[in-house]
Amino acid sequence: MPDVVVVGGGPAGVAAAVALRRAGVAKVTLLDREPTLGGATRHCSHSPFGLREFGRVYVGAAYGRKLDRAAQEAGVTVLTGHSVVSLGTGGDLTIAHAGGTDTLTARRVVLATGAREMPRSAHLLPGDRPVGVLTTGALQAFVAFQGLMPFRRPVIVGSELVSLSAILTCLTHGARPVALLEPGDHALVRAPFAWFPRLVGVPFLSGVRIVDIIGTTRVTAVRIAQGGHETTLECDGLLLTGRFTPEAALLWQGGHRVDRGTGGPAVDQDGRCANPLYFAAGNLLRPIETGGWAFREGRAIGAAVAHDLARDPSTTEPVAVTRDAPIKLVVPNLIRHGSAGTPGFDRFQLRFARRAQGLLSLSLDGRKVWQRRGAWRPEVRVLVPMPASVAQAGHVHFGFAEDA
Amino acid sequence: MANRSAADGAFDLAIIGGGVVGCAAARRFALAGARVVLIERGADILSGASKANSAILHTGFDAPPGSLELQLVQQGRAEYLSIHRDLGLSLVETGALVCAWTEAEAALLEGIAAQGRANGIDALRLLTGPAARALVPGLAPHLHAAVEVMGEHVIDPWSAPLAYVTQAMAMGTVVLRNCDLIAGRFDGEWHLDTSQGPVRAAAVINAAGLFGDVVDARLGLPPEFVIRPRKGQFVVLDKAAFAHVPKIILPVPNEITKGIVICPTAFGNVLVGPTAEEQDDRTRASVDSATLQMLVAHASRLIPALRDMPVTAVYAGLRPGTDAKHYRVTAHPGQRAITLGGIRSTGLSAALGLAQHALHLYGTFAAPLAPPNDVPMVQVPNLTETATRDWQRTGHGDIVCHCELVTRREIEAALNSLLPPGDFGGLRRRTRAGMGRCQGFHCLATIAAMTRGRFDTPLAVEG
Repeated sequence: MPDVVVVGGGPAGVAAAVALRRAGVAKVTLLDREPTLGGATRHCSHSPFGLREFGRVYVGAAYGRKLDRAAQEAGVTVLTGHSVVSLGTGGDLTIAHAGGTDTLTARRVVLATGAREMPRSAHLLPGDRPVGVLTTGALQAFVAFQGLMPFRRPVIVGSELVSLSAILTCLTHGARPVALLEPGDHALVRAPFAWFPRLVGVPFLSGVRIVDIIGTTRVTAVRIAQGGHETTLECDGLLLTGRFTPEAALLWQGGHRVDRGTGGPAVDQDGRCANPLYFAAGNLLRPIETGGWAFREGRAIGAAVAHDLARDPSTTEPVAVTRDAPIKLVVPNLIRHGSAGTPGFDRFQLRFARRAQGLLSLSLDGRKVWQRRGAWRPEVRVLVPMPASVAQAGHVHFGFAEDA
Repeated sequence: MANRSAADGAFDLAIIGGGVVGCAAARRFALAGARVVLIERGADILSGASKANSAILHTGFDAPPGSLELQLVQQGRAEYLSIHRDLGLSLVETGALVCAWTEAEAALLEGIAAQGRANGIDALRLLTGPAARALVPGLAPHLHAAVEVMGEHVIDPWSAPLAYVTQAMAMGTVVLRNCDLIAGRFDGEWHLDTSQGPVRAAAVINAAGLFGDVVDARLGLPPEFVIRPRKGQFVVLDKAAFAHVPKIILPVPNEITKGIVICPTAFGNVLVGPTAEEQDDRTRASVDSATLQMLVAHASRLIPALRDMPVTAVYAGLRPGTDAKHYRVTAHPGQRAITLGGIRSTGLSAALGLAQHALHLYGTFAAPLAPPNDVPMVQVPNLTETATRDWQRTGHGDIVCHCELVTRREIEAALNSLLPPGDFGGLRRRTRAGMGRCQGFHCLATIAAMTRGRFDTPLAVEG
């Protein structure tokens, strides 16, 4: 029986597994459903990874190979091609692989299944359902793993960093984006969107709503509305970029507690889930941070799990961290009393659902212990120091007073 | 293109339309000994009305008493129950609750139960709100009362017709896809002019669904009805929703529609829909955001735990409604033709019954057929959660679609089957690859590579 099973071999999972071994945990097994480690970094051919954690830059599959070496050198048992299909309440995992199915039970489980972009269906986009509508992740897999392209003249939706990566992938693989659309009034990541799309000759349109996707077999056009005016963009594909969601299906299906704000598991300050045998790290916690961030998070959670293994699983009922609108999410979103040792998180991570100006505050049992006024932007990380006294509080609340 | 006729130059029967009704008819006539050609205009079978339905195997409890629809739903259901195991087809014995959410609806339940009993369905009972909620605890507290219909079941709506047509093909039925019927002429036998050349047949069945009236006209048959397409939009909720919906949740129907159903699927999801929207277009079934939001909100109002469930898929289908509610089944003995038209929303349940009925009608004008001595058995792969899936066995290669746990071996088997998929939709229906919550984020590229050169509309662009 392994001491810890880590599910997911991206930066967070590998970092957690390595940290567990370095902390002296004897049997650490890392499972990944893909044939190689790396998670989402495997097909991100335009993003550099590894500078903070390994002291040099790796691109795409090379970073995954580096993670694999790091895990092997640390003595982690790495099982690729292993898909976890259920998370039992007792730390028992059902696993599928080429040889059939197995059950694996561990003293603790670290979930690091990452995030993925939401598909067209989850956006409830209107129109036909032809071939040629896909996400950046799928496009990158076409290019990186199969040497194929799904379209030549796509319309791209989104203005996150991944959207720029999508444009680059298109331009370097013989596709010419027709336009870049953002439903909001502003690009979510501002600086490059002011000049980059124009630089490469792709019109950037904000405040745009898709009103129809047209095509009986393959996409032939997308109809858009911008300020009450409708136009048709002819294209042969629609690329949905960004709008990530945690890969939390196993939690949903196993009846584990999912946080409404993050879409990932509810976790306490050690990264421990509502079920105290489970921990979580990386972009499963919230959409999304960089690979480097996920790696550091995994390392910290790994250390917290190693500490937890020295004791019986926690029996403390967690306190839920509450928040005012328009705060979209808080991580960690649970607090357990008396949690000792190094916590998995030393700061709260917050995000806003929309642009808002006002006073953000943290209250413990009704007493303000931290506050800051600011102009807050959506999908930008806000870090709030976590006072030690949080572990004794009965009510943990993030308040927001919006300026009139 | 070459004449697609059988060895002696002609078929006994040409079926126009490869939907569930056409596939069932092909099987029934092949079993009876007919040489059958099935003509489908789409790139794959089930390209029209049959690709989108609510996957319920109905009892007929709410069908009009004494109607042909009731008779054929019950015959079709009985045959399905007797053959499904042999064909490898699923049956999820969920049962249904007709739920009354207001006092006014509750007053109608007695009548619904009485009609069900009059239709020969005894396995039903009236329940108080609390009793119904004991069966489905997730139902909202404002439930007034319900009728439980034990015999309403859920099946795999795509594997069933695939099994029917595959068994027919194993007995020699020829399936022509991407084959449009242009015109037909009867001079003692049928001369069909198709986009793939001439086809000769002794008799024809029009099972053209949304084009039923058009095909009647092209065959020169007298006009009996006009198709009025009725669109139904659906939302598929994540498998996590399944635990909250152990039974089919039906509304009290009104004159126009059976209403929005919340239905567990054989694949372990939950389906919400359909809407009923009249339109003229016979091919375009588009979804719209406001309606999809309405469906999600509707489901959450009736079953509050569904509120935060992720949406896995959305789709819309067109039902071949006509200018009247009933089935439009007509035999033209003089022209040796049968039209199976206006099969609106019970086609999946009634298909095998319609096929029996068509054979009966055929017997009124044609010489008896000689059934084959040997009936080949076929089994379609199980895609449902009710039996062992391929990923649970050894040697499947690897899992290509993680959301739906579809193996490389399953996809290869579909691509090399007797009737390989003609497009990506066909592959999805045969394997479930790409049908899951990520809608291809992880698997689409692999599937694009595995299907190169296979589809008219490829997943990857070439050149």
